[in-house]
Amino acid sequence: MKFGVVVFPGSNCDDDAHHAIGAVIGQPVDFIWHQSESVSGLDAILLPGGFSYGDYLRTGAIAKFSPVMRSVEKFARSGGLVLGVCNGFQILVESGLLPGALMRNKRLRFLCRQVQVRVENNDTPFTGAARKGEILQLPIAHGEGNYFCDPATLSELERNRQVVFRYVHADGRDAGENDFQANPNGSLAAIAGVSNREGNVVGLMPHPERAVEAGLGSVDGRVILRSMVEYLSRDRAAERVSA
Amino acid sequence: MNQSEIKVTPQLAAEHGLTSDEYARIQKILGRDPNFTELGIFSVSWSEHCSYKSSRVHLRRLPTRGKHVVQGPGENAGVVDIGDGLVAVFKIESHNHPSFVEPFQGAATGVGGILRDIFTMGARPIAVLDSLRFGEITGNGTSSQNRRILDGVVRGIAHYGNCFGVPTVGGEVVFESCYSNNPLVNALALGIARRDELFFARAQGTGNPVIYAGAKTGRDGIHGASLLASAEFSEESEQKRPNVQVGDPFMEKLLLEACLEAMRTGAVVAIQDMGAAGLTSSSCEMASRGGVGIEMDLGRIPQRESNMTAYEMMLSESQERMLLVAQRGREREVFAVFEKWGLDAVEVGVVTDDGMLRLLHHGKVAAEIPAHALAEEGPRYERPVAAPPSAKGSQKLAVFAAPGKDLSEYFRRLLRSPTIASKNWITEQYDSMVRTNTRFGPGAGDAAVLRLKESHRALAIKTDGNGRWGALAPREAAMHAVAEAARNVACTGARPVAATNCLNFGNPEKPEVMWQFTQAIDGISEACRALETPITGGNVSFYNETLGKPIFPTPVLGVLGIIENADCALGSAFQHQGDAVVLLDAGRAPSSPDDRQKEFSSSEYAKIIQGIAAGTPPAVDLDAEKRLIDCLVDLANEKVILSAHDVSDGGLATTLAESCFASDGLCAQIALLADAPSEPAEYALFGERGARAVISASPALLARVNSIAAQYNVRVSQVGVVTRGELRIEYEGRALVYGPIASFRDAWADSLKKAVEAES
Repeated sequence: MKFGVVVFPGSNCDDDAHHAIGAVIGQPVDFIWHQSESVSGLDAILLPGGFSYGDYLRTGAIAKFSPVMRSVEKFARSGGLVLGVCNGFQILVESGLLPGALMRNKRLRFLCRQVQVRVENNDTPFTGAARKGEILQLPIAHGEGNYFCDPATLSELERNRQVVFRYVHADGRDAGENDFQANPNGSLAAIAGVSNREGNVVGLMPHPERAVEAGLGSVDGRVILRSMVEYLSRDRAAERVSA
Repeated sequence: MNQSEIKVTPQLAAEHGLTSDEYARIQKILGRDPNFTELGIFSVSWSEHCSYKSSRVHLRRLPTRGKHVVQGPGENAGVVDIGDGLVAVFKIESHNHPSFVEPFQGAATGVGGILRDIFTMGARPIAVLDSLRFGEITGNGTSSQNRRILDGVVRGIAHYGNCFGVPTVGGEVVFESCYSNNPLVNALALGIARRDELFFARAQGTGNPVIYAGAKTGRDGIHGASLLASAEFSEESEQKRPNVQVGDPFMEKLLLEACLEAMRTGAVVAIQDMGAAGLTSSSCEMASRGGVGIEMDLGRIPQRESNMTAYEMMLSESQERMLLVAQRGREREVFAVFEKWGLDAVEVGVVTDDGMLRLLHHGKVAAEIPAHALAEEGPRYERPVAAPPSAKGSQKLAVFAAPGKDLSEYFRRLLRSPTIASKNWITEQYDSMVRTNTRFGPGAGDAAVLRLKESHRALAIKTDGNGRWGALAPREAAMHAVAEAARNVACTGARPVAATNCLNFGNPEKPEVMWQFTQAIDGISEACRALETPITGGNVSFYNETLGKPIFPTPVLGVLGIIENADCALGSAFQHQGDAVVLLDAGRAPSSPDDRQKEFSSSEYAKIIQGIAAGTPPAVDLDAEKRLIDCLVDLANEKVILSAHDVSDGGLATTLAESCFASDGLCAQIALLADAPSEPAEYALFGERGARAVISASPALLARVNSIAAQYNVRVSQVGVVTRGELRIEYEGRALVYGPIASFRDAWADSLKKAVEAES
């Protein structure tokens, strides 16, 4: 099993993701340079946080044109696991691999703090190890994480259980769109993370890779990485059986 | 007009800020009149900001050696050995004037500049702290302007640090009216490198290529940092906005990665960033330090604008640029790395053996100056020093409330004051966690604590400095700044090992400002010797005056500490209900009621509640501070305590409340006794005497706390217990501060946000 962490010019959570997957979760992991045109040999790809291409034009807008994204798209279309965190989420949305858009935080300021998200769908490769409804404490750090989509897309997302994570209050109560204490950026339907229709591509604004070691605030991010590892091991086992 | 034809006259030199003596010195060094380009080069190199001409003779008094110090002042940043083959590289620098003229870009480029100083040495930046001073943001007068400056500075710091990918983990924010037209923006950066992979700015090897890398050179920032920071502000300062540089943190992030990667090739001999005075200072300092010369062809400099003159290129302060010397024959390796990161890297010159900084432009020699003389033989001034006339005898001092008075409402007012209130509204705008090393970020501990992935040790770092005390007694204030920063670092369990300083003062040509400065240097020297925290670098910022009115003298100290075992790091939050709350006191309260009243009059409480800023700062007892520091480090290492928080701004009551606010909904029940007969309650609750800290511990371990403290002759008194629900502080048996913890927390938590967002 091998993870790949894409490095765009301006990525700045690439080292953190590499550390979380390699040193903490103990899985093999490589960096993938943005000009690389191949992602062969990888089982999961992580698009890390940061300011790819300096956020010029619009967050994620330039990164989608980098050579590596063509391979990432192909990888995703063939069922490979792709996780986008923060700027990685923004890139996935810009590339059309995930629905919706990420606008500036409603209060127009960058925000870095711990938030609570509820696992809305634990039937994805990224949440299989979590309980449904489990509340995770994860940090956010972004200026443009205000999720938005049109009403038709929203109802489709809800119907297909593509809303994977939702901001909630610490006690689990739902958060409204102007409930900034819980829904820090004012996201539509308090959406913190979504998947594609097939469930093999997930993007979220909070940073699971920052929440994997005791002493740094929370270890709730581990369950996301662990879910991926478990899914891929099962996948492998299934392949062996069918072979 | 062709600038090379501009005739240089003594008047023109004066317009460049050079005195007639300085101009004569230039003529002597060159053996002729300088041309226009050379005049520009001398003027920026010999500006106060770049040459330290008024401060250098005094800075020599600072202690700079110690067992951990690898590199003291004189390089891009200080270097300290932290074990395991690693070094910490750190430095603080001011960007005050640019931040007043253009708060967002001024603060942003301040962060950018200090980050380059760190990675120039081969270190990866792991943290930034900001020591900020603004005018009052509530009330009438200039408060709306001050809010605008605060907002711009905070956004600028956030913009740069967040994008670059370095966590902004702490610092302090203080409000005083004297900073209204002259905010202070001091940025500290900390980086980590392997000791055997450090780089220095010493050009070597005749014939080696000189390489320019990074952003292109434009006409921005000409006379920016160097001259903006070397004169007072007047009403025309608004017109200086174009002199402020514009930062691009994305470019700097690429430059960081490219520089570190280029250094790893082994092909880089020396490297220096282009900060104030850009290409001029980087080239002449590298040549001077290496004892060589540098010859550059300016036509090869990557330029953003057409037809730039030699003068403009040499004085431009465009950001995100580096000058390197590579090994001849291996320059391709360096170019390949910069190309990979999409950055310009061009050979612009060579190292020579004649010691000259020689600039060619359009096939002619545009300037030819002995590099060493330019860098090292600038003017040094022993400026006149005169103590100001002693404060008028009828100074109004704070008075104490009648015994038994309920102080709860006063305390809420104190907690609500912007200097004491939660800085969460500010620190939430900074990414404080990127790089996943932040063990204790903003507000969680007395100092920021960063674990090291390469070691079992952790680093703690903090800045401090009390300007109001500086105005009352600069020497004592400087000592307090060292002591408080070191004490804060020790509260996290770290042993303070080194310091960096940013000295913010008024116009050095005024004898009383110079007196404040020399007093502060004496105070820092004495305290750094006593606490074994040598100064490894820093910056002097003079001319912090607007319309002839100087700021409070504000020496800001950054102290770095090492935690031997990262697992022993302590925060300031109470941990469990039922834990004992203990006051550690290594010092002694003044016994004379007069001294007590004078000391109290200089406190934050006296300022907020009585509108008084007078008297004298608390007496400094460095021996007590050292004993308390050693005791705190020992207690943390032995894992006998659960939290530690020093007593400083706002006194003991504020310390106790902050340990509650930082916790998960806990509060405390406290019973205090008078230190001396008839000691007023307000003095006990809100006095700011140093050498004290509040710790919490399991009751079962109190005996261990006592025995360790006894070794350091530190007094231990259990003053209360951690509870839930109500904060209650009794003094001599009477409850003076009490109420639901939420009533105090609310006062403290939201007031800054309310003040800033009220009108924006």
